[in-house]
Amino acid sequence: MMRYPVFTAAVTAAVMALGLAAGEARAGDMPGVTATEIKIGGTMPYSGPASAYGADGRAELAYFKMINDQGGINGRKVTLMSVDDGYSPPKTVEQTRMLVEQEGVAFMFNGLGTPTQTSVQKYLNMKKVPQLFVASGADKWGDYKHFPWTIGYQPSYRVEAQIYAKYVLKTKPDAKVAIIYQNDDFGKDYLNGVKDIFGDKYAKMVTKDISYEVTDPTTDQQVVTLQASGADTLMIFATPKFAAQIVRKVYDINWHPTEFLTNVSISVGAVLKPAGVEKAVGIITGGYLMDSTDPAWADNQGMKDWLAFMDKYMPGADKTDGNYTYGYAVAMTLAHVLKECGNDLSRENIMKQATNIHALEIPVLIPGITVNTSPTNFHPLRQLQLARWNGKTWERFGDIIEGNGS
Amino acid sequence: MQALLHQIFSGIATGGIYASVALALVMIYQATHHVNFAQGEMATFSTYIALTLIEAGLPYWIAFVITVAISFVIGVVIERVLMRPMTEAPVLSSVGVFIGLLLIFNSVTGWIFTYTVKAFPSPFPETSRFLGGWASPHEAGATAVTLIVLALVYVFFRFTKLGLAMRAAAFNPVSSRLVGIHVGWMLALGWGLAAAIGAIAGMMVAPIVFLDPGMMSGILLYAFAGALLGGIDNALGAVIGGFAVGVIENLAGAYLVGAELKLTLALIIILAVLILKPAGLFGRAIVSRV
Repeated sequence: MMRYPVFTAAVTAAVMALGLAAGEARAGDMPGVTATEIKIGGTMPYSGPASAYGADGRAELAYFKMINDQGGINGRKVTLMSVDDGYSPPKTVEQTRMLVEQEGVAFMFNGLGTPTQTSVQKYLNMKKVPQLFVASGADKWGDYKHFPWTIGYQPSYRVEAQIYAKYVLKTKPDAKVAIIYQNDDFGKDYLNGVKDIFGDKYAKMVTKDISYEVTDPTTDQQVVTLQASGADTLMIFATPKFAAQIVRKVYDINWHPTEFLTNVSISVGAVLKPAGVEKAVGIITGGYLMDSTDPAWADNQGMKDWLAFMDKYMPGADKTDGNYTYGYAVAMTLAHVLKECGNDLSRENIMKQATNIHALEIPVLIPGITVNTSPTNFHPLRQLQLARWNGKTWERFGDIIEGNGS
Repeated sequence: MQALLHQIFSGIATGGIYASVALALVMIYQATHHVNFAQGEMATFSTYIALTLIEAGLPYWIAFVITVAISFVIGVVIERVLMRPMTEAPVLSSVGVFIGLLLIFNSVTGWIFTYTVKAFPSPFPETSRFLGGWASPHEAGATAVTLIVLALVYVFFRFTKLGLAMRAAAFNPVSSRLVGIHVGWMLALGWGLAAAIGAIAGMMVAPIVFLDPGMMSGILLYAFAGALLGGIDNALGAVIGGFAVGVIENLAGAYLVGAELKLTLALIIILAVLILKPAGLFGRAIVSRV
C-alpha cells in the first residue's frame, strides 16, 4: 500500500477539493479526522443467520444522523460507515481492513459478534486502531493488558453469572445448584463467573455442572441427569433454541428448581413462546436496558426521548425490539467520548477518553446503572437488575447488583 | 433406578427422531444406492412449508398431506433436473451435488423464513407430564407415526410390483431396463418418496427440537449413525438402529463418559459393529458375482 505524507489540514482540504486521495485524508496524526468530519467504521450482520442484530447498527446510524442534524460534535459531523459482514469472520477481516486502510476511519465502533470481532482484534491492536465498545458479551474484551486498544460494552457473560451467584448466596446460601452450559467460550464464561463468586464453596454448592454441544439435537439427557443430582436451583447458560428446550423439559418432568436464565435467551418470541410461556413462570434473569414494553417507564423522560427519536429517525421500526435501545445507548456513550476528546481526536486520546468514563448516565439504562471505565477496567457496564417472568412480562425486582469484573 | 428408567425413556424418545430421519435415508439408498447429504435440509425446508400452510389457516392434517405432496414433487424435480445429468458421472460428482444442495437449501430456507427459532405445532394432545414426564404425548405420537411409515415402506418394497421394480432399478439398472423397467423414472420416484418421508420426519421432529434452518444438521449425523448401525438397506434395521443410538447416547452420557463424549462413544460402538459386521446388524451382505 502507498504511504501518503502527513498533510496539514489546509493541504488536505485542498487535495480533497481536487478529488485526490480522498480515502486517506489525514489531519496531523488524526486519521479519519478533518476540520468538519470524523469518520468511523463498524461491521454488522445485516445479512445471514444473525441478521436480527442488524437493528443495532441501524439505530446507531439513525442516532448519528440526529447528532449531525443538531450540528455534530464539537463542530464535526460524525460519519459512521457501518458495513455488512454477514456474521462471517473472513468477511469481517476483509471489511475491517477496507475501512481502516482504504477509507481511513479513525477507529472501529461496536462491531458485532464474538467470532467476528475476535478475527480482527489482533490486527486492530497491532495497527493501534481503537476497537471501541465491541457488541458481544464475551469477557475477553476487557483484557486491557494484552489488548489495550480493545474495550467491550455490555455486562459480560462472566459478570452476569457473578451476579446470579451473588444473588443465590444472599438469598439461599444452602442452595444446591445445577448448571447447564454450552460447551464453548460462551458457556465457559458463565461457568467461570459462578466459580468467581462461589470460590471454595463451588464443590459443595454445585451438585452437578453439565455441558451440551451445539450439535446435540436435544438436551433432554442433560436435564434428566441434573434433576437426578437433587438440585433445587438451576442455572441455564444456553443459546435460544436450547434454552427453550431446557425450560420446557424441566417443566415436563415435574421438576421445580429456582431457574436462572442467561440474558441472551430471554426473547419472548424466540424462547418463551416456543417453550410455552406458562412453563417459564418464575424464571429469573438480569437486564440493564429499559424495556419499552415495561409500563413502569411510561413517564420516564429517557424513554420518552427514545420513543420520539424512534418516531422521527426510524419510522416504522419495531419499538419492542431491544436491539434499537441497545444501539441508541452505545451510540450515546460514543457521543460522550467524542465530546470529551475535544479537538484532540488522535487515536491515543480517543482510547484515553473511552477508558476514563465516570458514572455516565445513559437515559435508556435502568436507573442506577451507569457506565464506568478506567485504565484498568475495560468493562463499561457491570451492573444488572434481576427480573422474573410472570407469564406475560419480565418483572424487575430488587436492587441493582454489581459484578466483580474479571 | 428411577433415574435409569427415565434416561432410557428419554433416549427412546430422542431415538424416535433419529429413526424417522434414518428411514428417509434408507428410502433414498434403496432407490438410488446413494446417500443424500441434503436430506436433512430438504426436510427442514418442507417443515417450513407446512408451518406456512398451518399459519395460513389450514387444519394440521390437511397441511400435512399437502406438504408431503409438495415435497414429493420437489424430490422428483430435483432428480429430473439435477441428478439426471449425473447418471454417467462418477460418484464424487453426485456427492458434490448433494453438498451443493445442502448449502443451497440451508441458505434459501434462512433467506425466506428467517433464522429465528420457531415453535411448530403438534397434532397430538398437549397434556404435559404424560407418562410421568418420561415422554411427551407428542414423542409417543411421533414414534407411532415413524412405525406406521416403517410399515408402509416395508409393504411397499416387499409386496408391490412398483417397489420391486424400484429395488431392481437401483440394484441392477442394465438388467432392469432389459426387462422393461423405466429406470430413470424409478430413480425420480425414489427421490420423491425419500423427500416425502423426510417431510414427515421434519414435521414430527420440529415440535421437539423447535424449527430453525439448522434444525436437521445435528440430527442427520445421528440418523446416519442409526441407519448404518441397523443396516442402510434395511428399513426395520435402520429404525431399530435409530432407537439404539438414542438410548446408547443417553446412558453413555449419564453413566459412562459424560455429556462431552457421548456422541463419540455412540460412534465408536457403531464403528465396532461395522468392523465386525459391515452390512450393519440387520443388513444383508451383498455378494456380487463378477
